Amino acid sequence: MYGCVKLHEKDTVATAILPITSGEEVHYRFGGQELTVKACTDVPVYHKLALVDLKKGDVVTKYGQKIGYALQDIPKGAHVHTHNLYSTMPKEASTQEE
Amino acid sequence: MKLKGYRRPDGRIGIRNHVLVLPCSLCASETARFTASLVDGAVYIPNQGGCAMVKKDLEITLEVLSGLAANPNVYGTVIIGNNCEGVQASLLAEKIREKTNKPLETVVIREAGGTIKAVELASRYAAQMSREAGMLEKEAFDISELILGTECGGSDPTSGLAANPVLGKVSDKLVELGATVILSETSELVGTEEVLAPRCKDEATKEKLLRIIRENEAHFERAGESLRFGNPSPGNKEGGLTTLEEKSLGCIHKAGESTIMDVYGYGEMIHSKGLVVMDTPGQDIASIAAMVAGGAQLVIFTTGRGTPTGNGIVPVIKITGNAETAQLMADNIDFDASSAITEGRDMEELAEGLFELAVQTVNGQKTKAESLGFNDMSLARECNFC
Repeated sequence: MYGCVKLHEKDTVATAILPITSGEEVHYRFGGQELTVKACTDVPVYHKLALVDLKKGDVVTKYGQKIGYALQDIPKGAHVHTHNLYSTMPKEASTQEE
Repeated sequence: MKLKGYRRPDGRIGIRNHVLVLPCSLCASETARFTASLVDGAVYIPNQGGCAMVKKDLEITLEVLSGLAANPNVYGTVIIGNNCEGVQASLLAEKIREKTNKPLETVVIREAGGTIKAVELASRYAAQMSREAGMLEKEAFDISELILGTECGGSDPTSGLAANPVLGKVSDKLVELGATVILSETSELVGTEEVLAPRCKDEATKEKLLRIIRENEAHFERAGESLRFGNPSPGNKEGGLTTLEEKSLGCIHKAGESTIMDVYGYGEMIHSKGLVVMDTPGQDIASIAAMVAGGAQLVIFTTGRGTPTGNGIVPVIKITGNAETAQLMADNIDFDASSAITEGRDMEELAEGLFELAVQTVNGQKTKAESLGFNDMSLARECNFC
């Protein structure tokens, strides 16, 4: 059973397609390869989890493109959302405030 | 790659061979409907505009109606006017003639002596065109002559995970083969400036793109709404979307990653190759109408929740990444991409399948909406252009 989807070769996050529990080995498939990532937090369905260790300030990539920056160090397998990912888009304050 | 279609006297290639009965206004729409119902191969456009409009709306309506007549899937057009509407039949005929030299006839209800006499005259013109259209033989054409409109609606988390990335790969392949792909829905582009601006081929294109985004935001602001603040919405965030870039990327991904060659106004005739942007509203049907007016012979529509949408002139292929939707709306959905999620199936493989379906559709296979005779039509207006 696959637990997440990686969309692009360059992506540093994947999207959960099932609710993920901390400690779980999450299986996914990319470029014909069977891969796993060990979840270190719970991740709700359709939320993101880190596929690599991210340092504070690192660009976070989905669809092969920047979706924002890491607000803090994010370990591989952790939930990535408004608490640790922010946008620097002009006029868009909503995500950064939270 | 060679496909088969109908060569028009203006040089463009159609993949369908309809006779269009085109009402100038809402007042002529019922007469147009009667006319089309009498003639095999004729389609009519339910027109809810064409009168009582400000100048800008009159221009938009003329642009789209003339574009529908010029669409290469149309063999020829019978215009039906009432007599007193803003979109005068003679004005529309003139606008169509600027775009194409295909068969064109005009009937004005008052001049003909009322609806029944107008229908008699118009259906005779349409029947004549239908017979002529039947004489045309398909010829081989290169895929570079194809214009694909891309659209999304009823989106859910599966749209960004499967349907849009799969369509994005098909869009990229078409551009590589020399065809044209349209990215539409300006309201979805708000927040994508940083992503899309560097992808524009030059400064002028970039400025055009940023201008349509600014103007779209201004429309919303005049109505007391903002697209940018509070976006992604709380519901989006609960669904897992974190930033506006992420939300927008999930949507614009359907048109692939190519360079943006040009930016077109609502319903403006497209002359470029490669990826282009058209300034259309987020309302699916009005967005599709504009791309059809721009010359798209085919539309591919991604949906999460499912939609029945079809167009009278152009086949609309619908694709979903939601397995439940594919099942519940099997009568409406043409391509199920949900195995990208449920089975981890390779996007490339799915994209090949969708590409194959697009080729079959070009060559004559009917879409679900075509087989049901769908004819959705909506025209955007300046005052509700959002």
